[in-house]
Amino acid sequence: MSRLPSGGRIDRSRPVSFSFDGNSYQGFAGDTLASALLANGVRLMGRSFKYHRPRGVFSAGSEEPNALVELRTGARREPNTRATTVELFDGLSAQSQNRWPSLAFDLLSVNGALSPFLSAGFYYKTFMWPAAFWEKLYEPVIRRAAGLGRAAEENDPDTYEKAHTFCDVLVIGAGAAGLTAALSAARSGARVILADEDFALGGRLLSEQHPIDGAPAASFVAKAEAELASLPNVRIMTRTTVFGVYDSGTYGALERVSDHVAVPASFMPRQRMWKIVAKQAVLAAGAFDRPIVFGGNDRPGVMSAQALRTYAVRYGVAAGNMAVLFANNDYAWSAALDAAEAGVRLAAIIDVRREVAAPLQARAKALGIRLILGGEVVATSGKILSSVIVRSGGREETIAAEVLAISGGTTPNLHLTSHFGSRPTYDESLAAFLPGTPPAGLAVAGAAAGRFALGETLRHGAQLGASAATAAGFAAAPMAAPRAEDTPSGISAFWQVKGTRGLAFVDFQNDVTAKDVALAHREGYRSVELLKRYTTLGMATDQGKNSNMAGLAIMAELTGQGIGATGTTLFRPPYSPVAIGAIAGHHRGKDFRPTRPTPTHQWAEERGAVFVEAGQWLRAQYFPQPGEKDWLESVMREVKATRSSVGLIDVSTFGKIDVQGPDAAAFLDRVYINTFSTLAVGKARYGVMLREDGMVMDDGTTARLAPEHFIMTTTTANAAKVFQHLEFCLQVLWPELDVQLASVSEQWAQISISGPKSRDVLAKVVDAPLDVSNEALPYMGVAQGTVMGGTKARIFRLSFAGELGYEIAVPARHGEALTRALMAAGAPFGITPYGTEALGVMRIEKGHVSGNELNGQTTARDLGLGRMASTKKDFVGRVMAGRAGLIEPDRPILAGFRPVDPSKRLRAGAHFIAIGAEGTLENDEGYMSSTAFSPALGTWIGLGFIKHGPERWGQRVRAYDPVRGEDVEVEVCDPAFVDPKGERLRV
Amino acid sequence: MRIPCPYCGLRDAHEFAYLGDATVKRPDPAAPGAEDAFHDYVYLRDNPAGAHKELWYHGSGCRSWVVVARDTRTHAIAGAELAREVTP
Amino acid sequence: MRYSVLSLLANALTGQKSWKPAWRDAAPKPSYDVIIVGGGGHGLATAYYLAKEHGIRNVAVIEKGWIGSGNAGRNTTIIRSNYLLPGNEPFYEWSMKLWEGLEQDVNYNSMVSQRGVLNLCHTDAQRDAYARRANSMRMSGADSELLDQDGVRAMYPFLDFENARFPVKGGLLQRRGGTARHDAVVWGYARAADRLGVDIVQNCEVTGFIRDAQGAVVGVETNRGPIRAGKVGLAVAGSTSRLTAKLDMRLPIESHVLQAFVSEGLKPLIDGVITFGAGHFYISQSDKGGLVFGGDIDGYNSYAQRGNLPVVEDVAESGMALIPRIGRVRLLRSWGGVMDMSMDGSPIIDKTPIPGLYLNAGWCYGGFKATPASGWCFAWTLAKDAPHARNAAMRLDRFRTGHLIDEKGVGAQPNLH
Repeated sequence: MSRLPSGGRIDRSRPVSFSFDGNSYQGFAGDTLASALLANGVRLMGRSFKYHRPRGVFSAGSEEPNALVELRTGARREPNTRATTVELFDGLSAQSQNRWPSLAFDLLSVNGALSPFLSAGFYYKTFMWPAAFWEKLYEPVIRRAAGLGRAAEENDPDTYEKAHTFCDVLVIGAGAAGLTAALSAARSGARVILADEDFALGGRLLSEQHPIDGAPAASFVAKAEAELASLPNVRIMTRTTVFGVYDSGTYGALERVSDHVAVPASFMPRQRMWKIVAKQAVLAAGAFDRPIVFGGNDRPGVMSAQALRTYAVRYGVAAGNMAVLFANNDYAWSAALDAAEAGVRLAAIIDVRREVAAPLQARAKALGIRLILGGEVVATSGKILSSVIVRSGGREETIAAEVLAISGGTTPNLHLTSHFGSRPTYDESLAAFLPGTPPAGLAVAGAAAGRFALGETLRHGAQLGASAATAAGFAAAPMAAPRAEDTPSGISAFWQVKGTRGLAFVDFQNDVTAKDVALAHREGYRSVELLKRYTTLGMATDQGKNSNMAGLAIMAELTGQGIGATGTTLFRPPYSPVAIGAIAGHHRGKDFRPTRPTPTHQWAEERGAVFVEAGQWLRAQYFPQPGEKDWLESVMREVKATRSSVGLIDVSTFGKIDVQGPDAAAFLDRVYINTFSTLAVGKARYGVMLREDGMVMDDGTTARLAPEHFIMTTTTANAAKVFQHLEFCLQVLWPELDVQLASVSEQWAQISISGPKSRDVLAKVVDAPLDVSNEALPYMGVAQGTVMGGTKARIFRLSFAGELGYEIAVPARHGEALTRALMAAGAPFGITPYGTEALGVMRIEKGHVSGNELNGQTTARDLGLGRMASTKKDFVGRVMAGRAGLIEPDRPILAGFRPVDPSKRLRAGAHFIAIGAEGTLENDEGYMSSTAFSPALGTWIGLGFIKHGPERWGQRVRAYDPVRGEDVEVEVCDPAFVDPKGERLRV
Repeated sequence: MRIPCPYCGLRDAHEFAYLGDATVKRPDPAAPGAEDAFHDYVYLRDNPAGAHKELWYHGSGCRSWVVVARDTRTHAIAGAELAREVTP
Repeated sequence: MRYSVLSLLANALTGQKSWKPAWRDAAPKPSYDVIIVGGGGHGLATAYYLAKEHGIRNVAVIEKGWIGSGNAGRNTTIIRSNYLLPGNEPFYEWSMKLWEGLEQDVNYNSMVSQRGVLNLCHTDAQRDAYARRANSMRMSGADSELLDQDGVRAMYPFLDFENARFPVKGGLLQRRGGTARHDAVVWGYARAADRLGVDIVQNCEVTGFIRDAQGAVVGVETNRGPIRAGKVGLAVAGSTSRLTAKLDMRLPIESHVLQAFVSEGLKPLIDGVITFGAGHFYISQSDKGGLVFGGDIDGYNSYAQRGNLPVVEDVAESGMALIPRIGRVRLLRSWGGVMDMSMDGSPIIDKTPIPGLYLNAGWCYGGFKATPASGWCFAWTLAKDAPHARNAAMRLDRFRTGHLIDEKGVGAQPNLH
C-alpha cells in the first residue's frame, strides 16, 4: 500500500469499495480514482494510442493524457474517462482500454517495436497498392487498432438538463486567485458565480504547504468558502467546468450533477449544461507542469512534480516507494519538497541548472535529499518504472526509483483565452506562453496569467475581482489580500534531453516523439499547424495542454526561429471534453422537437387515426377501419366517400394571417402575383406569392372580411416563413403602408367538409340567420355568423379536394366540438373522416399543386399559373421572374401523366425520357413530382414537370426510374384529371 | 451572441432569424434597367470583413425587423434600431 | 523520393533521415504564366492539373499562411456525388472519379475511403425528392440506391427506430461516397504540383492587384512584393469578397461561419457517413476513431472562424435524436471555418468580366468533395479561356440570366442553403 499514514483531505473514516479491471480495491471518500489506484499500488492504468505503450498517471487534473479508463459498464459505459477527475464512489467499476487481451499484456504493443517504420505520417506514404485494398484490408486493420475506449452499445439511460443563468461577475476557478477575485467582487454586492471543475474549492491551495496569513492554506480556503456561501449574491458551483467562451459574455459550462454517484437519484439529471451570461468574467484557472522530453519519459511512474505533491498532500498517497525529481525550475522543487514533507521518500533532485536558489537547496538538504545539479535524466527502465539513469558531469549512474517527478516549467492554463482566436504570446523570462488578448470582458488572474507566486496570485485575484465588479457597475475595491510568501520562481528554459535512449515522447497519448517532430521538420511540415496535423501532436484528448509547449520548442530549435516566432496552435472549445448528451439536454427521442397536435387530435385518436409528421404538427394520415388490409384500402374508401357523399378533415394546420388596415388591399396586391384590391367583401380568392427572386414562395386563399380586413391562409409548411416575409415587406420595404398583421394560426381551428352532401351537413350546424344556400353563399363566398348555438364562426366555401366544400373556422377551443357536431350532423349521409393521404389523392386528381411542386425551384409559369400574374401592377418577384432563363421555352412545365398500361404503377421521382432514348442527363425532359392511385380513374396518375408540358397532352414518354428498376410508358395529359371545369365546386 | 432589440432589450440571437445585408434597397420596378437593378439588389453583396449593417427578425419576440450594426470579424455589436425607423 | 512500402522500409533502417521536404518552400519569382491565389485544396489541385493536363508549369500558388490553413483543413472530410441538378451532378461525379484514382495519381495516400454515404429520409416528400435525385445520379453515371427502413436498419441497427420524433423511413445511399483525409489531400496535391515545377509560396498575402492600362489584371501585389502573371486565378473561398473588394467587384456571395466537431477517439462505431434528414446533422468516424460531425452554418455573416452555442446544441440534439447511444461520448474539439455562401448554394468556376482574372468561389460548405474536379475544371478554364462542359453551368452571370443551380430551392438567401 502506498497510502501515507496520515494527512490528506480524504475521510479515512469512510472507506469506499471500487474495482479496476475486475480487481476489488478500497479507497476513501475524497479520493479520485487515480489517487485510490495509486494508494493501492496500481501504477499501470492505460495504454497509449499508437504504440500501445503501458502508461500510468501523469497529472492530478483534467489535463491528464494517460490514465484514461472506461468508467461504469453497459449502457453507462464512459470511454476515455480521466481517472484523475473521477470522484471515487462506492461500487465504482472501471476498466482499462485500448489493450488486448489485457492491460498488462497487450499484443499491439508490438507497434512500439515497429516504431522506426511507423514514423509520423507513415500511412501517407504507403497502403496505396492496389487501390481497392485500402477499404478492404489496410483501413479495417488501422481502424480496429486505432481509437481509444469503447462507446456504450446501448442507448444512454440517463437524462440531461440545460439551464440559463445571469451574473455580474463569473469567476472561473476557485484556487488562490479565484477565491480572492470572488470575495472582492462579491463584497461589492455584485452577483457572483464562482465555478470550479473540482468537487472542492481551493485549487492549488489543497495541495500546497505554504501558509497564508500565518495559518495553513486550508483554513484560508475554509474561511473564504464560508463567507462566499453566506452571501446571497454569490452562487458557488463546484463540479462545474466552464468549457467555452461565446459572444456577448456567454459562457458554456457543464455541471456534473450525478457523476460522483453510481446512478443518478430519481428525477436528477446526470449532468446539466449551463449557459451563463456574465457582464464580466475572471479566469483564474491556474497552471500546470509540463513534461521534459527524454527517452522513456512515458513510463508508468513518471508524473508531473505538481501531481506528486497533490497525491501526497491532498490525497495522502505516495505515488511510489522512492521518488526522484527531474526539473528545471523552482516551483518543481517546492512541489517535490512539499511531497517529501508529507511523507514521500524523495531520493534525489536532478536539475539541469547548476545554480538553484539557496533556500530550496537548504530545505532539500534538511530533508536528506541528494541534489544533482547540472544533471539530466537520459533513460528510464522497468515496464513500470524501477530506475532512472542520470547523467551529470559526463558520468551516468542508475538511481532506483518508482516515481520520477518531472517538470519542464509551468504552463498557464489559458485555454479559454484563445477561444476568440487570440494567439498566446511567449514570455522568455517565464519560458511560458501567456494569454494574448482574451475575449472582451474576460480578465485573466493569477497563475493563468503567469503570476505563479502564491502571494502575487492572491493579490492579482483580488485586484481583478474588484475591477470586474467595478466594470459591471458596482463600487468595488480589492480585498486586503492575505499575506503569503512569494516562493522562489527561477526557471531555465529546457525542453529536451539530447542523447537519450529510447523513445522520447512529446505527446504522450498520441505517441508523438521528438523524432517525429524532427521528421516533420525535414519534410517541410514546419508551421505549428502543419506540425500538428502531420504528426497529430496536440490532437489528443488533452488538446496538447501537456505536449504543445515542448513540441513547438523542439521545432523552434530546428528552424532556428525562436519559440515566440514559431507560435502555438489555438485551443478550441471545449476546455475539456463534454458529453454530447449534455449538450443535447432533453431534446432527444420524442422530445427532439416540439409536437404540435391539432385541435381535433384527441378526437382523431379516438377514431383510430394513423398520424403523420407534418413539420412539427401531427396530422391524421388516414383512419383505418376494421378489416382493411392496408393504408391504400382505407384511403380509397375515404376518397370515394368524400366524392360520393361527404368527408371531413381538420385543416387547422394551414397558416392563418390576419391582415388589417387602410392599405391592406394595396399591400396584398404587392405581395401576390394576382390582384386582391378588386376582391369583394365576403369573397375569397386563390393567390400565389413569389420570393423576390421570382420563384413561387407559397399559395393559398385569402378572404376579404371587411373593406380593410383580410384573412390569409398559407400552406402548413410555409406558415412561419410567409408571416416573416410579410412583416419584412411591411417593416422594411414599405413602412409607409398602414397595415397590421397578426398570426392567428393557433387561434382558429379550421375544419373542411367536402362532397355533394356537405351543404346538407353544414346547414344542420349553423345558427339562424346564417344562410349557406348556393345563392347566399356561392363558390368562393365567405360568411360570418355562429354555429352550434352561439359559437362564432367563419365559413369559407372552397375545397382543395375539388368538390362542393366548406371550411368552417371557429375559435380553436371549439374545434373538437365542431368536429363532433359535424360528424353527428353528417351521420345520415355517412360522413367520413379522412386524412392527409386522401386529401393528397384528391388534390392530385384535381391537378392542384402542393409541397412537392412548390419546392422553391419552380416559377408560377412552371406551375401552369403564369397567367394569374397581373400585368397591371408590380409585385414581389415580378422583375426577377422575367429573366431569360426562367421564361425560356425548354423549362419543364406542369402536366398530368397516366400510365399507358393502366395496371402500371407510377412513382414520384421518375424522370421523363423520350421513348427509345437513352436514360442520360442529356435526354432528361423533366420529372414526376407527385403520384397517387385515383379511385375516380381506376389507375395511377401523376403530376410532373416536362418540357413544353401544356403543348404535349396526348403524347407518350417514359417515366424512367432506374433506381427502382422501373420504366413505364405514360401519356401526358391535363393535370386536372377530375372535373377539369370545376363544375362540382359550384353546385 | 446577444442582440439589443430596441423593444425587448438584450436577447440571445437564437430568438432572431437572420436575413442579411441591410444596406441594399429595393429598386424602383418601373425605372429603366430595373432587371439589372433588381439583380444587384437580390444577389450582390459587399460582404465586408468589418462593420456590417444587417437585418434580423425578432420572430420569437416582438416580431420587429431590426437593423443591427455588427462587426463580422469580432461579432461585436455596436447597436440596433428598428428597420422601419431607419432612414434609407 | 517516391513514396512506397520499399522507400518507407529503407528509411526505417536509416532513422527516416533521407526524406526531403514534401514541397519546396519557394520564394516568389517576379512573374509567372499563372498565379493561383489560395493554397488550399482547390488552388493546389488547380496548379497540379495546369501542369499535368495542360503543360503549364510556370505557375505559382500563393498562400497567405500555410497551405491548407483555410477550409481544406477544417471540414468534415466527406466525399460524395449525390446531387440533383444537371448543373452540378456531372461535375461532382467527375470529382468522384478523380478521387478514385487520386492517390496513385499523386503518389500520396489521402485515405480516400469509399465507406458509403447514407442520407436518411423521414417523410414521403423527402423520399420522393431522393428518388428524383437518385435517378439524376444514375443518369449521370453515378451509383445510387434507395433504401427502405429495413435496409437502413440492416446497415445501422443502432439508429433510433423505436422512439424517434421523426421516424426514419429510408434513405439514399451512395456506396462510392465516403471520406478522405483532408490535410493529406492538400499535401498530396502540393507535393505532386511541386514535382511538376509549380512554386508553392507560403506566407505571401495578396494586398492588391496589378492592372494594365485597359484594366486587365496582370499580377498581384503581395507582402513579398509584386508578382506579375499572364493570368490570375482566385481560389480563396471564404475570403473571396475580401479580395474582389480590392477590384470594386461585388459578388453573389456572403461569408458565413460553419462549425464542425470531433469527439474523443473511440473503437469503431460508425462505419460510413450518415446524414440525418429531420435536422441538419452528418456524422462519420475517422480512422483515428473520433466521431466527426457537423450541422448547419451559424447563419450570420462572419469572418471570425468561430461560432456560437445554438448551433452546437442543435447539432448535439440531432446527434442524440439519431444515435441515442452517443450520449456519453464526449465532444473533444470544435472549430469554425468561413464559407463562401453563394446565392443559390452552388459554386462559381468562371472567367470574370475583368480580363486576366478568373474565379473559383462560392463553395458554400461543400467544397471539400469538389477539390479534384474544381482544380481540374478551373485549370481547364484558365488554360483554354473557356469553361469545360463540366463547369459550364457554374457561371458568374447565371444570377443575371436566371440559370440558377439551386439544389435546396431556398433562393437568394445564403444562410438557408
